[in-house]
Amino acid sequence: MNASLMSLEISVLALGMLVLLADLIMPPERRKFLGYAAIAALTTLLIASFSGYGSCSLAGTAFNGMFVNDALSLFFKRFFIIAAILVLFIAIEFAERLAVGISEYYSLVIFALAGMLFAASANNFAMLFVAIELITITFYVLVSFQRNRLASLEAGVKYLILGALSSSFMIYGIALIWGTTGKLNFNELAAVAPQYTGEKIFLLGILLVVVGLGFKIAAFPFQIWAPDVYQGAPTPTTAFLAVGSKAAGFVLLLRVLFVALPVVAAHWVNLLIVISAITILYGNLCAIPQRNIKRLMGYSSIAHAGYLLLGVAAIAGNVHDATAGGAAILYYLAGYLFTVMASFTVIALVVKTSQTEDISVLAGLHQRSPLLAATLTIAMVSLAGIPPLAGFFGKFLLLKSVIALGVVNQGYYCLVFTALAGVVISLYYYFGVVRAIYFSKDAADLSPIAISGSARLCIWLSLAGIFWLGIFPDTILNLASEAAKVLSS
Amino acid sequence: MSILTYISGWPLLAALLLIFVPSNFRVIIRLVALVATFISMALAICMFWHFKAGQTGFQFEQQIPWVTSLGISYHVGVDGINVGLILMGAIVGFAAACCSWEIERREKEFYILLLLMTGGILGAFASLDLFFFYFLHELALVPTFIMIGVWGRGERKNYATFQITLYLSIGALLALVGLIALYLQCGANTFDLPAIIKYVHDDNHPLAVKAQHFIFPLLLFGFGILVSLWPFHSWAPLGYGVAPAPTAMLHAGVLKKFGLYGLIRIALPLLPEAAQCYVQVIAWLAIGNIIYVGFVAMRQRDLNLLIGNSSVAHMGFIFLGIASLNLIGITGAVLIMVAHGFLAALTFALSGYIYKHAGTLEISELGGLCRKLPFIGTALLMAAMAGCGLPGFANFVGEATVFFGAWSRPALQTATVFAVWGALVIGAVYMTRAIRNVLHGPLPQKFNQLADANNVWRKLPYALFLASLFLFGCFPKLLTDKIQPDVKPIVSMATQARASVMPVALNTTSAISN
Repeated sequence: MNASLMSLEISVLALGMLVLLADLIMPPERRKFLGYAAIAALTTLLIASFSGYGSCSLAGTAFNGMFVNDALSLFFKRFFIIAAILVLFIAIEFAERLAVGISEYYSLVIFALAGMLFAASANNFAMLFVAIELITITFYVLVSFQRNRLASLEAGVKYLILGALSSSFMIYGIALIWGTTGKLNFNELAAVAPQYTGEKIFLLGILLVVVGLGFKIAAFPFQIWAPDVYQGAPTPTTAFLAVGSKAAGFVLLLRVLFVALPVVAAHWVNLLIVISAITILYGNLCAIPQRNIKRLMGYSSIAHAGYLLLGVAAIAGNVHDATAGGAAILYYLAGYLFTVMASFTVIALVVKTSQTEDISVLAGLHQRSPLLAATLTIAMVSLAGIPPLAGFFGKFLLLKSVIALGVVNQGYYCLVFTALAGVVISLYYYFGVVRAIYFSKDAADLSPIAISGSARLCIWLSLAGIFWLGIFPDTILNLASEAAKVLSS
Repeated sequence: MSILTYISGWPLLAALLLIFVPSNFRVIIRLVALVATFISMALAICMFWHFKAGQTGFQFEQQIPWVTSLGISYHVGVDGINVGLILMGAIVGFAAACCSWEIERREKEFYILLLLMTGGILGAFASLDLFFFYFLHELALVPTFIMIGVWGRGERKNYATFQITLYLSIGALLALVGLIALYLQCGANTFDLPAIIKYVHDDNHPLAVKAQHFIFPLLLFGFGILVSLWPFHSWAPLGYGVAPAPTAMLHAGVLKKFGLYGLIRIALPLLPEAAQCYVQVIAWLAIGNIIYVGFVAMRQRDLNLLIGNSSVAHMGFIFLGIASLNLIGITGAVLIMVAHGFLAALTFALSGYIYKHAGTLEISELGGLCRKLPFIGTALLMAAMAGCGLPGFANFVGEATVFFGAWSRPALQTATVFAVWGALVIGAVYMTRAIRNVLHGPLPQKFNQLADANNVWRKLPYALFLASLFLFGCFPKLLTDKIQPDVKPIVSMATQARASVMPVALNTTSAISN
């Protein structure tokens, strides 16, 4: 056993507990700054993961193969740490709106991060389930953190009920898989899976696990919770949910489908194509009539889950070479991270002064704060997939990976055209937001918006990420391709 | 650094600079835009002047790797096919900036978008990398939608914005799928166009016929929608009718040529078998443009809609030239692309002037404008004459060349007859009728106060266009000498591709049988 491979996870857990302990001795008015300390600690860990020193970036397995460190897990760990840092920035900005202790909020974010880090390394169904539960249970609290707001509580209850339901599906599925094969480890399962492909119980088990993960990534038909929860949750939680929780769902889905069960995944190509197509259409079509900006982002996140599933479908079409599809997913997620963080920071700031979250609060934003207006515009343009921003190159990679398989299976061409239809539809509502910012005439409130230092830093970091990924994609693409090689079987 | 990088780089740099200029510095904003586009135009003229005709291969090349694992690089260069387009685009860009004095609100945003459009499309024309070719066009295309949606005029603004966004996004995305499929199918593992052409033709890796038949329609209809190929043209007249004049000038004049350029540069040499199959289809759709849209233009009561329809009709000649698949026809097509760029920009600039001053473009409400607006009226008259193909203007040279080219292909002779008829009769009818109703006849009372473009700066953009139309109309050799040597290899690749593969295939089979 090599527990030192888990140094990153252990440090993050220790950090979470330290934050809780520090809360006891800190005077209440200084607790907001605990966030900066946590950010500093996480930044150190991020640098450590890049530096190559320390054991967190070593490849290897621990706990009898339950926990694996490889290029894929390292990519996602860095991704999650960056996401958590940006979320903490938003949380600092959000602090005075959380009536009940901000330090608990920080530590819950950090515990959720620990869950995501374990998810990135999960190589065993038990580990997968524990990681998912660590993420989901912290999110139940994070979603309903604004106890005095009815909407927040409502969202929390919805997330709890549907989350518990999906967890029970998943654990049932895991039981069925274990019952038929006697294996929980992904690599061992991959070795025996070909014998069981005719076994209905085994396939049902996999299907149930995929259902549970589909809930995490908000793919059709398990997407119902997303808009309600996104709307009701405190904005930093929504941002973390949109990025961290979704990415954790994707890394687990990728590992389950392509490390543990490539044989089955290859059979399920058409299912994946159909789910991806419907998710794209559902997310985009339902986003059109939305007036609540956070709800709109909820539907848009469903649509983006659909785009990401393009990559999953592409890997399923050729499980022996996952580089193109896998790299596209990872790259797209990286771009999505910065874009979503940028937009939720702006939303958190704008909604602060007004009680409503209707799109009309954005009216006159370019006069109230040109920086916020430009940031939200850039984020929307990037989500819509327009060059030269991160979203364009990500969509380009995803489309490329799918078109490559069109020769083998005509269904991929249908998928491509569905995705194109989705992109065209999405222009409508993304530009609707831009239009509300710059060109709506009925601005009720034109007072300038004060931007705190933490929010400003978060915005500039996110903008740098959006442009960097769009204009210099080479570095991240190489990292992503390296990570995606793990998935080839 | 290649001069081409500067030609497209200056406007983009100016757009970036303008972001940091406060929006109440109106003079400075305008000045930055004018200076940047002027430098870009001056460099383009300089580039055109130094371009050596008759040399094969690309000139002023520059290549910087961008994403090595996918084979994407920033690669620019000119040959005879895009040298004229870049010159035309840079001149239109400068003139559009000049004509933007009509914009009176949110000038900063307008100039930023205008500069993005100019720089983006010039970069797309210079680009020899399929990825950047698409990327830069998309960068130029999106501002068009915003400009029409925000600064557009008239009641139908929202509908027109909606329609143009929908059509052009679909067109661009179809073309993107086509380009990606082309990249994947040809197997050269690079987006670099010269490298792909070398791989496909010199190293004998032609694309499978089945793949060609999948990719070619994607490119044809994707690019076709962008060029307003009949029956996907309905966005164009309405969109241009609503757009502010500078946007219409740049889009109708320059951006629209992107699709045609893509067909000539990419689809013909790389997908020869499919191209030969689709020749008839292209020709008859082109006739749809010329005849059908020509008749539609006749019925228009709004000057801008008439000009918009006539610009769609003119695209038909270019498609016919492409369909002819021979040296004369494609040379003519490139000539019209350049000439029509000047012409479309000129007419939209003029109609913009009239709208600004008269407040309407309803033909029935106008009349006798030549008396009050001698300069603008004369320019409009000349533009109309150029539009119906009067000798002396560049359009005549191009159209005549296309007819010669198309006639020499026996399968297209019927289509050519229709096209000639459409050009000479339908075009003349609507153009002369518009001239009579707008410029001649009694002058309505309310237009007694109209002011002509009376200072040099106001006249400059129109004069530039007329001068260019005359120059290339009287000395077409300036262009044809440059175009022809580079069209030749494209034509030979488009028509003889399989023939050069056959012997190899036969040799291998005989080698096996031996």
